[in-house]
Amino acid sequence: MIRALLLSTLLATPALADEIWVTNESDDTVSVIDVATLAVKATYPTGERPRGITFSRDFKKLYICASDSDAVEVMDPETGAILHDLPSGEDPEQFVLAPDDKLLYIANENDAVTTVVDTQSRKVVAQIDVGVEPEGMGISPDGKVQVTTSETTNMAHWIDTTTHQIVANSLVDSRPRHAEFSPDGAELWVSAEIGGTVTVFDAATQTEKGKIAFEIPGIRPEKIQPVGMLFSPDRTKVFVALGPANHVAVIDAKTFTVERYLMVGRRVWHLALSPDGTKLFTTNGVSGDVTVIDVAALEPLATIKVGRFPWGAAARPTPN
Amino acid sequence: MSALRAAGAIMTRELARFLSQRERFFAALVRPLVWLFVFAAGFRAALGMSIIPPYRTYIPYETYIAPGLCGMILLFSAMQSSLSLVNDRESGTMRLMLTAPWPRWFLLGAKLVAGALVGLVQVAAFQGIAWAYGIHLPPLGYLAALPALALSGLMLGSLGLLLSARVRQLENFAGVMNFVIFPMFFLSSALYPIWKMQEASPWLAWICRLNPFTHAVELIRFALYLQLNAVSLAVTAAAAAVFFALALWGYEPARTRPPKGE
Repeated sequence: MIRALLLSTLLATPALADEIWVTNESDDTVSVIDVATLAVKATYPTGERPRGITFSRDFKKLYICASDSDAVEVMDPETGAILHDLPSGEDPEQFVLAPDDKLLYIANENDAVTTVVDTQSRKVVAQIDVGVEPEGMGISPDGKVQVTTSETTNMAHWIDTTTHQIVANSLVDSRPRHAEFSPDGAELWVSAEIGGTVTVFDAATQTEKGKIAFEIPGIRPEKIQPVGMLFSPDRTKVFVALGPANHVAVIDAKTFTVERYLMVGRRVWHLALSPDGTKLFTTNGVSGDVTVIDVAALEPLATIKVGRFPWGAAARPTPN
Repeated sequence: MSALRAAGAIMTRELARFLSQRERFFAALVRPLVWLFVFAAGFRAALGMSIIPPYRTYIPYETYIAPGLCGMILLFSAMQSSLSLVNDRESGTMRLMLTAPWPRWFLLGAKLVAGALVGLVQVAAFQGIAWAYGIHLPPLGYLAALPALALSGLMLGSLGLLLSARVRQLENFAGVMNFVIFPMFFLSSALYPIWKMQEASPWLAWICRLNPFTHAVELIRFALYLQLNAVSLAVTAAAAAVFFALALWGYEPARTRPPKGE
């Protein structure tokens, strides 16, 4: 009897699915993609020019950089309602949430500062002067080091999160747009859009361990502009979005060699993995769509139309 | 039973002829491979083609033309078969075959099926090489495409049969190349999607849409991606039936008598 009841409840529950949330820079919206059906199941309005997007650790809150509204918006992912804004400084483009779920590090592109905001008290905790046009934001898995990259100064700034002071600066190639720590915290990967390279640093010593260049037959080198990066779930590979080259590079995380190039839509910006780690989603700005890649087979599966100029992406596991 | 034996004999002869001509097999493979390795590489769609059904994401040009090249193999194979029929008639084998005590449609049908089988063998070899080259389609798609390839082979074979009823001499076959193979292949969706033709000229796009070869290619393309293109299936099947009926009419005894003076 109880079993029958349980079974019927299970059957009655609507199919729950993991989601990928994508900011549409030109539409001022976020699109919600159902990972199971690969269809857009909801679109919610946001502030102006939404770019950076990330969930709180419990996935109850969604933070969105509304660049032209000069605010970080906090959305309830269940309803799509904007709960409140966070002070963000001017023109927030990209941000990173500390592992403790408390502090948000925001790059203020026009002011050359990194703003640190307490998500609970909703107050600015610190503003750190960095290079010109900060954008790439990474944080070590232990939360002790935050890295801001500045697009015009061409540097990665290593910031101590206890003192909020820059402890080191590393020169990288032209226009660094993204910084990503390896899941073990031992390495920092920085992509340089104009330089067309990815530099790997030893995080403990801030010294360069390697540099990766790209070459795709039939595509002019200046089209290859690395931006977003993401480690594969098993940490053996790193995916790098190559901008207007319309490809994602798959890099061996140990040898730093390019294993494969995967064709995606036009001008690929950022990447997100499905919560189960089987699918990779890429935001393709110019073509206004998201390409889904099978992580095990390393093959593009499908491309889904979203809003105009999709930019950032974040994953949310099955809501409960 | 003896009918089966007769059909078997016709098919065995066709297959044996194909297998004994190694150059023919080689030529049948080289043609599409040149298109794949040279033409497609030169076309440089390294940045990806726009998404059109049945594709679900961006594809390189090589992937786009692979189904068209399968169609091309069937087209050339069918014309080769038609050429051999003209040859058979010149050598007298044809009269021998047609005097067998079975209905004409049965004998010509056996010939047609044999020709389509030869085409399928060539397509399979091409797909193997294309796979090694990096054109990976859904694994089940190769199976799903078999009926589509077979029907396309029969449709093009029927067209060949119809032509062989009209073409009297081997020498005239060059005309078949110019007026049948080339227009059919180039004015189709084999090399470019129809929307691209539409940009060049709406007239061209219409000719492409009316071309049965376009529908054979689309039927194969959709089947390779485990989808059914109902319109293309209907057009290909109808074209096969019409061509075969016309060919039978063309092979009426009264029409197959050698020209006067022979």
